[in-house]
Amino acid sequence: MKKTVNQKAWFMVLPVLLLVAFSAVIPLMTVVNYSVQDTFGNNEFFWVGLEWFEEIIQSERMHDALIRQILFSSIILIIEIPLGIFIALHMPKKNSLWTSLCLVLIALPLLIPWNVVGTIWQIFSRIDIGLLGYSLDAIGVDYNYTQNAVDAWITIIIMDVWHWTSLVVLLCYAGLQSIPDAYYQAAKIDQASRWNTFRYIELPKMKGVLLIAILLRFMDSFMIYTEPFVVTGGGPGNATTFLSIDLVKMAIGQFDLGPAAAFSLIYFLVILLISWVFYTAMIHTDEENQS
Amino acid sequence: MRISRSNWIMILYILFLMLPIYWLVNMSLKSNQEILDGFSLWPQAITFDNYMTIFTDSSWYMGYVNSIIYVVINTIISLTVALPAAYAFSRYRFMGDKHLFFWLLSNRMAPPAVFALPFFQLYSSVGLFDTHIAVALAHTLFNVPLAVWILEGFMRGVPKEIDETAYIDGYGFFRFFGKIFVPLIASGIGVTAFFCFMFSWVELLLSRTLTAVDAKSIAATMTRTVSASGVDWGVLAAAGVLTIIPGALVIYFVRNHIAKGFALGRV
Repeated sequence: MKKTVNQKAWFMVLPVLLLVAFSAVIPLMTVVNYSVQDTFGNNEFFWVGLEWFEEIIQSERMHDALIRQILFSSIILIIEIPLGIFIALHMPKKNSLWTSLCLVLIALPLLIPWNVVGTIWQIFSRIDIGLLGYSLDAIGVDYNYTQNAVDAWITIIIMDVWHWTSLVVLLCYAGLQSIPDAYYQAAKIDQASRWNTFRYIELPKMKGVLLIAILLRFMDSFMIYTEPFVVTGGGPGNATTFLSIDLVKMAIGQFDLGPAAAFSLIYFLVILLISWVFYTAMIHTDEENQS
Repeated sequence: MRISRSNWIMILYILFLMLPIYWLVNMSLKSNQEILDGFSLWPQAITFDNYMTIFTDSSWYMGYVNSIIYVVINTIISLTVALPAAYAFSRYRFMGDKHLFFWLLSNRMAPPAVFALPFFQLYSSVGLFDTHIAVALAHTLFNVPLAVWILEGFMRGVPKEIDETAYIDGYGFFRFFGKIFVPLIASGIGVTAFFCFMFSWVELLLSRTLTAVDAKSIAATMTRTVSASGVDWGVLAAAGVLTIIPGALVIYFVRNHIAKGFALGRV
């Protein structure tokens, strides 16, 4: 659609701007403020320049948390995106009771409060009371997510797959629904194989929604806090201490405001940078689709 | 009836999703004694004591009430400010529109952990700490950008000729917007409300940081079950089951629009 130029449109955006300025810009400025100052208490602050940033950039703790975070986000993207596409391809096509049932049940994990997701998996995988933990223990697998770092990682990754694959499924399903039947009939006439149908008809049609899925999954997995915090509390040791968990520990637990603020800003910039790449790709596809 | 391969895959996936939830329900119907004494696939002696604890103690059930209050306030605020903005983005080109749109989205990318402490200080200083409105405003941080994004997608699907015809017919902007445009994108508004509800309902960190007693959310209340004498598993599980119910109801009402909504109207 061709848009007309109208500078008065700014007035319609104004309420959003004011609200976001209050709920995002002011707090962000507070963070910037802390990141360049130090205090001896009594609300007396003095300027330290970029010291905190240097300290954080060089700290082992930040590096380790960042590496864990990138590893975690990569793993869940690698599992959830293909799995989501696979499930979406097998969603029932016709509108029936079974379709509605599938949709409702699939969407259910998305609506569960994040701390409850953590609780569910805690209860599910404990070796004394959990179905998963108990069964694994019973068949002789040495599994204990509170003590073994690898087990903790596996538990958290399965939890995230359980929690969020549905989002990818629903997005891809929406993309698939928009493909006209004629496309499939044409593919049939050409005797296209299942793989070719997927590769040349379904995948291009899903490109837009897939980018949204990747963008959302990347952002949210990079910010993950509540679920691993409830399940493992960041342990055993620091094995599952992701960026947000580390940040909250630093800011609210230890009250190291300066380093925590510098940490926050670097963290935010990393997310922003990667998201910007996805976003640009998305806009590009959008415009391609429209022309 | 023969079940096709596709349906087997769906059944397996749904089983995978439902199993942990079943386990939670199972736990909520057991007494702590039974939970810790032995392992059983279903409750041997069904008890509703855990649920009774929640329904009879006001500090428990008020958690649900508080959560629902701030979620509803948040949804109303988000929709009210996002509607005109989304209309502007979908219809007009204006100075800095693209940058503004990305900047809005960037707030959706801001980790709540970054904002927890500044929010606490901001809302304490304006005297809003421990009120529903504080949590509702804090959640607009990620809900308003999302609402603008989804609504813009839906509005783009409405042909511009409709606007022009309405203006020619002598409709003013507000009358056109309320009488013609809003009904046209009603399903989009429903989906947006669903998303605002969802993300506000599931969030814990900010709602826990901004409330203490009067507006304490259910998520924060649930941490009570962990005490020095161990975890009260039964009550914890029952509280968890009860948090799933509002979500399930909401999904049921929007099930026909859910697929389109998840694609943010961009299909």
